[in-house]
Amino acid sequence: MGSSSSSRNKIPNAQELMRQTGFSSAHLLRLHDRFESLDRDNRGYLSPDDFEALGGLAMNPIGGRIIEAFFSSGIPWTFPPLSGFWLISVQLTETETKKEHSKSSPAAGPGSSNLYDLDRDGKISREELLQVLRAMLGLQVTEEQLQSIAERAIQEADLDKDDAISFDEFKKSLEKMDIDTKMSVSFLK
Amino acid sequence: MLRCGYALFWLLESVLLICVVSSVKGEAVVTREGSHLKLSESSHSNESQHGHSSNITGIPIISFKWHHVETPYLVAFWVLVSFLGKLVIEANHHVTSVIPESALLICFGFILGGMIWAADKVQTFRLTPTVFFFYLLPQVILDAGYHMPNKLFFTNLGGILVHAVIGTCWNAASLGLSLWGCQMGGAMGDLDIGLLQYLLFGSLMAAVDPVAVIAVFEQVHVNDVLFIMVFGESLLNDGVTVVLFNVFDAFVSLGGPKIDAAEIIKGIVSFFVVAFGGSLVGLVFGLLISLLTRCTKNIQIIEPGFIFVLGYLSYLTAEMLSLSAILSIVFCGMCCQKYINANMDENSVQTVRYAMKAFANGSETIIFVFLGISAIDKVIWVWNTGFILLTLLFVLVYRFIGVFFLTWILNRYRLVPLEFVDQVIMSYGGLRGAVAYGLAVMLDENKIKEKNLMVCTTLIVVYFTVILQGITMKPLVMWLKVKRAAVTEVSLLEKLTNKMFNHTLVAIEDISGQIGHNYMRSKWKYFEENWMSWILMKPSARKKQDQVFDVFHQLNLKDAMEYVTEGERRGSLEFVRNENSIIDFKKKSESESFDINNANMSNDHGAMSTTSRDPIPSVSLEMHEQIMKAVREAEAINAHHLLDQHLYKSRKQHRHRFSRSHFDINRDEKEVQEIFQRTMRNRMKSFTSAKMGVKPPKTIVKHTQKEQQQKMPNGKSMDKAKTSYSGDEGPNSVSFVHPAGIENPAFMPDLDPMDLLQIPPWLGESELDSSMVALSHRAQVDLPRTPSNLRRLAPLRISTRSTASFTLENIPDTQQMDSDQLQPPPPPPRPPRDDGYV
Repeated sequence: MGSSSSSRNKIPNAQELMRQTGFSSAHLLRLHDRFESLDRDNRGYLSPDDFEALGGLAMNPIGGRIIEAFFSSGIPWTFPPLSGFWLISVQLTETETKKEHSKSSPAAGPGSSNLYDLDRDGKISREELLQVLRAMLGLQVTEEQLQSIAERAIQEADLDKDDAISFDEFKKSLEKMDIDTKMSVSFLK
Repeated sequence: MLRCGYALFWLLESVLLICVVSSVKGEAVVTREGSHLKLSESSHSNESQHGHSSNITGIPIISFKWHHVETPYLVAFWVLVSFLGKLVIEANHHVTSVIPESALLICFGFILGGMIWAADKVQTFRLTPTVFFFYLLPQVILDAGYHMPNKLFFTNLGGILVHAVIGTCWNAASLGLSLWGCQMGGAMGDLDIGLLQYLLFGSLMAAVDPVAVIAVFEQVHVNDVLFIMVFGESLLNDGVTVVLFNVFDAFVSLGGPKIDAAEIIKGIVSFFVVAFGGSLVGLVFGLLISLLTRCTKNIQIIEPGFIFVLGYLSYLTAEMLSLSAILSIVFCGMCCQKYINANMDENSVQTVRYAMKAFANGSETIIFVFLGISAIDKVIWVWNTGFILLTLLFVLVYRFIGVFFLTWILNRYRLVPLEFVDQVIMSYGGLRGAVAYGLAVMLDENKIKEKNLMVCTTLIVVYFTVILQGITMKPLVMWLKVKRAAVTEVSLLEKLTNKMFNHTLVAIEDISGQIGHNYMRSKWKYFEENWMSWILMKPSARKKQDQVFDVFHQLNLKDAMEYVTEGERRGSLEFVRNENSIIDFKKKSESESFDINNANMSNDHGAMSTTSRDPIPSVSLEMHEQIMKAVREAEAINAHHLLDQHLYKSRKQHRHRFSRSHFDINRDEKEVQEIFQRTMRNRMKSFTSAKMGVKPPKTIVKHTQKEQQQKMPNGKSMDKAKTSYSGDEGPNSVSFVHPAGIENPAFMPDLDPMDLLQIPPWLGESELDSSMVALSHRAQVDLPRTPSNLRRLAPLRISTRSTASFTLENIPDTQQMDSDQLQPPPPPPRPPRDDGYV
């Protein structure tokens, strides 16, 4: 206990963070340790390169996309977070701890929509969808099939017939999905 | 009202049937008893009677051999009666919506049992453990395993295991100990039951019964997680109970004093060995099935049988090795489901599903009915108020305590905790069922004096839980506002996003550097895709495994179905077949429905050909409108064409071919075959008529030429060959066959020549496109055996069997018909008939 409280002191504003996120100190500590191990050059912030160096992410078919989405706001990932952004993204995905359900649902939408939306115009176009599909479906599927799948998916969700899925349409189509449950990661101690 | 009337009628009818059979049965029993009493005499008299009767009547035209068929007859009859009972019950929806079917079936069993009692004055039918464990239970469990939602199950595996193992042990121990304590306290009077026997009793009462749980929870659609918790627990804890039961049974036979620490440890070890060993056997058999279905392409008809037989074998094997048979068959079903569904033909998969459901549902019905019937038996009703009521109370109370305590622990680790309401339902869903009864009946009367009391108590607990808790379950679920299962409609975007979420979660776990569920799942998936699938799946099936793709395929199929139904609803059947491309599409999606590529392509084709609106083709509801419009315009043009097609095809309606190894005959191939046959007949005709100097009727020639050209633009030579042939003469020709056949006794049994002439599809196919040369080549090979040929020649010569002359005759009719014919002139009445015939 002594060691943990001492290392907690290394984290600035630990109390503040805990209050904001609802994390326990153990969670915070763990995140901090992870942060330090990711930040190999001790720059005090994380760059996309740091993430790309992770073996698991490199194997992930949409790993690049995910990293991009994380860094899309342009705010550097420092450990005591500078802005709310990565707090949100941490919250929305990383450590939706048990008490944090209510906060996450508004955040999860834009987060996952960001994963599709490359040009940040607030809409998922067919081309963008196609790219995601291409990344995820692998080699067995022909380009033509991919195209018809993308077309189909857009038709499904596209309510105003503008051949693209806006954020509202996206939210609506995923209404039934239990995003809370789906996008929660249990955070082991 | 009317429905009630029907129901009553059915009930009456089945009652009558029962009465008849039970009276017959009664006689049978009486005679059997008689034969038991005076064995030698009766057998002697039997013999003499036999001899007697054979002496007098010689060959009996009809003899009543009840004993000959007794057992299978009774089995079949009971199955029938149970099914009829279910039919009656299911016909009354307003009843089943209140009282679950299982409860009603048990009540139906009461009635039947009462009738048997009235007829026999003794309980002659009851659910014996052998029948239950060997013939009724396996298919229910196999079905449960096979239809298990694997992902859901494994996501919640931890919770399920905790409840199934620890919960069951808790139930058994607490019930046994409390009852024992109560007896010590003197609450139950004078009973000769020791602590071990109480524990044995507790272990058989501990398990939640999957059959009962499915039956009840099927009707209340609770949310997935809750369902899988209860259902998974009930499945696994059956295995656990049986193991516990066996361990305690061994302890009881061992006797109290001989049990020391070593024995107890052995018991615990055997518990794990039995449970895990059983699961392992199941896995092995599951893998075996998967491997087998890789290479059953050529025996598609019996392909589904493998699953049942091997599943059953896994059950028996585990039983033989004294491992947990139930766990074995559960895991067998769970393990093989993915691979066999991918490996087997779509039809076989459907067959497996249906047959599985049919077996499971059927035996479930029988189990409940017999649970009811078994109750009507004086012998087992040993009433001990204290024992029975206390058991009931403890079963209920300890279930609640166990579930709440274990869930409390689990919730500390669960990402999404189980809510209070869920826990209540889980506890209340602890229905006991036939497994407990089967185990109770298996108790050894020599070792346990109060067996009948235990059986009786078990039955009461079963009735109480299945009937009372079953009835109250639905109102309770409503009242507590338990989260119900959402009616999910597959959506492509949802699936896609879901998949993306999974990837994201894995990435998040990577970033945060922990090994969590998602990480494990992704690793397992990787392993599965790269190794398991590679070994267990057909290469062709492997690439269709993607979920998004699968959903896309399903949606496409659905669209296609809607498209067709919609077309038919609008009253234009022809819309379905007005374009070749659409027909293609339909057929393809039926026959190779798993081949998405193909279906997709033809989809595209179908859409494109009618509407050239969309650069990226797909099927959707909006497009139906457009297609339909185009169809309507084309309707008039196509009407004539359609008529032609139908007329041409009408013939094949008469043809049914029986085959054990092929389910249905390829439709379009038949048409090709038909064309070929007609062509050949034409040739034969023109050949003979040339010989006989009779010309084919001219009028018909002209008429058909017009039609045929329209129909078959590609086969010019065929057109020519077909000329003298008109489609609407099909039925006529059939009617003319008979006189010809009758005239010639040698070929009397000959049917329509079409039936016997079987041209392999590929040959037929090539026939369609090929010209004269290919045709004649084929004819040379095949014609000697063509029945129409034989028939034609038959009346002309009496010794038709001389094949040498046949071949000689048949070769010429291909190209050089006139060069070497050996045919004598035909009898005078022949030519007109010939014309009509062909």
